[in-house]
Amino acid sequence: MKYPKDGRFGEFGGKYIPETLVPAIEELEENYLKFKDNKDFKRELDYYLKQYAGRPTPLYYAKNLSEKCGGAKIYLKREDLLHGGAHKINNTLGQALLAKKMNKKRIIAETGAGQHGVATAMACAVLGMKSEVYMGYKDTIRQKLNVYRMNMLGAKVHPVKSGSKTLKDAINEAIRDWITNVESTYYLLGSAVGPHPYPVMVRDFQSVIGEEIKVQMKKISKTPDIVIACVGGGSNAIGTFYPLVDTNAEIIGVEAAGKGLKSKYHSATLSAGSKGVLHGMMTYLLQDDEGQITETHSISAGLDYPGVGPEHSYLKDTKRVKYHSATDAEVIDAFLMLTRTEGIIPALESAHAIAEAMKVAKKSKKSESIVVTLSGRGDKDVEEVQKYLSKHVKN
Amino acid sequence: MSRIKEKFVELSAKKEKALIAYIMVGYPNENATISAVRGLIKGGADIIELGFPFSDPLADGPIIQNASTVSLDNGTKLNKFFNIVKKIRKETDMPLILMTYTNILYHKGYSKFIAEAKNAGIDGFILPDMSIEESKEYLASAKNAVDTIFLISPNTTKSRIERIAKLSSGFLYLVAVYGTTGVKIGIQNYTLNAIKEVKKITKGKIPVGVGFGVSTPEDVKKYIKAGADAVIVGSAFLKLIEKTPQNKLESSIATFTKSLKRQTIQT
Repeated sequence: MKYPKDGRFGEFGGKYIPETLVPAIEELEENYLKFKDNKDFKRELDYYLKQYAGRPTPLYYAKNLSEKCGGAKIYLKREDLLHGGAHKINNTLGQALLAKKMNKKRIIAETGAGQHGVATAMACAVLGMKSEVYMGYKDTIRQKLNVYRMNMLGAKVHPVKSGSKTLKDAINEAIRDWITNVESTYYLLGSAVGPHPYPVMVRDFQSVIGEEIKVQMKKISKTPDIVIACVGGGSNAIGTFYPLVDTNAEIIGVEAAGKGLKSKYHSATLSAGSKGVLHGMMTYLLQDDEGQITETHSISAGLDYPGVGPEHSYLKDTKRVKYHSATDAEVIDAFLMLTRTEGIIPALESAHAIAEAMKVAKKSKKSESIVVTLSGRGDKDVEEVQKYLSKHVKN
Repeated sequence: MSRIKEKFVELSAKKEKALIAYIMVGYPNENATISAVRGLIKGGADIIELGFPFSDPLADGPIIQNASTVSLDNGTKLNKFFNIVKKIRKETDMPLILMTYTNILYHKGYSKFIAEAKNAGIDGFILPDMSIEESKEYLASAKNAVDTIFLISPNTTKSRIERIAKLSSGFLYLVAVYGTTGVKIGIQNYTLNAIKEVKKITKGKIPVGVGFGVSTPEDVKKYIKAGADAVIVGSAFLKLIEKTPQNKLESSIATFTKSLKRQTIQT
């Protein structure tokens, strides 16, 4: 895998950080470079990914959904079947093992929907480390099941009441904690965002998704014609896309259009944002005319973020990947459709990718194949969906 | 010579160290900012740092976070900010430093932003999330116009302090503690050691200011004694602003400023 030594993807990325964090970031980069290709490290991570997390995940042909759409064959990369219920464990196992090698005793993390928090708590439990998780107060309410899970797994959850009380603010607070406890603490970032080397490291740990897709598709026929994943910060998407950017596949990232791109209530950073600096990186952001970060909205807490991983910004500007979006209403439809046709309850985040796949499949030939990364399962969302339905659907 | 540099030369001749005061512009409103500045001038502050609020101030503790939110909610925009700076500039020749986050400059464009700020009367910049690695365009835009004050921390290596000092002008900002602004954990030995170490490395080529958690005359005294050329007090002023009624603000700020300034005068 390519490692950008200057920490940039084209013009995007970099490390805009308070000086106190510089030694910590340098130590992290040094150790990541030391261990990433180390045989023993890879063997240990591979063991946990297979025996503990449940890799490889199936590439499931969603026959019923495909027939319903009446076009291309839709395959689902079942990251929802992983331990913990989402792709997040790929990264937390990798980084927690690295933290252990670095002799860090205390792990902190941020979480939006709670899936990264849960995956962090699990990795820390199994590797014998302590974890504390920052979560926006608004998210602790709409994803409270995950708060309970984190508590039971031994993680301390800190509800964040500043700013918009969502993922963005959880990251701010985690960074503040890291500045304060820089010597003892490892910051286990859950998305492909933040200062270099996080976006590269998270991509590398998540690339197992795309690597498996390549192998699995080869057994079925060829490389996929179309690849789709949802994008908030963009970790499952970059893990899906990165191993496939050199193929001929058409690649589509799907952002949260919330109540519509023309409303103020969305999180579609790449579709509607402009360049700026936040959370240590230069990337596309949702901001006002003076560079103040604006509040975002999405029915899915995991996509409710005004920034995006810098590599996605690069892939957008170089036109290698198309970034589309799905509204809350389309997402609910896709959620229910997948649930009823295939008996699979997707996370609301992943349902964005399903919504796009349904649109694309209808317009594609039967001979074509679409691979959709189903990044997580939706048990955490059933209450939110129920609420949405009782509000929006008569009878 | 820049206003900031001149100020340090002037103080050095008088055997004084600098008291730098930080306030958030527009907190809780424009009138309070003007009154607070008048109090700072009356009380004998040497340099004023004017904060422009950013939505995501990740190096700041709860006090400045709250001040940022209030200021933004009250409609602090750049035009209004620069107009306030111009008003202040009419009342004083004191060096004025703008403290904000990188995105505010990046968004407008470094050159354009710095030119507007200088025109309003700003003499230097402090950007807590601007690392030297990313500073090329910022430095090029600031050259010969405004001072660029970079931060160092007690964990910054010697070779890095040397590199940062070379790119800094005005003064070098030593973050006193591991943590965000305004957090009181008391005076740490590692801070006192860091002051001595940084002074040794910089060899008097650039003044060293100490900030973050500096809030009382005793703090000022101890940091000055350890060798600091300047102390920066911020959150303590914001706390005072928060609890003081508008009609008493100028005099309260002046009194508190005097109590801090006294400790910077060597007898």
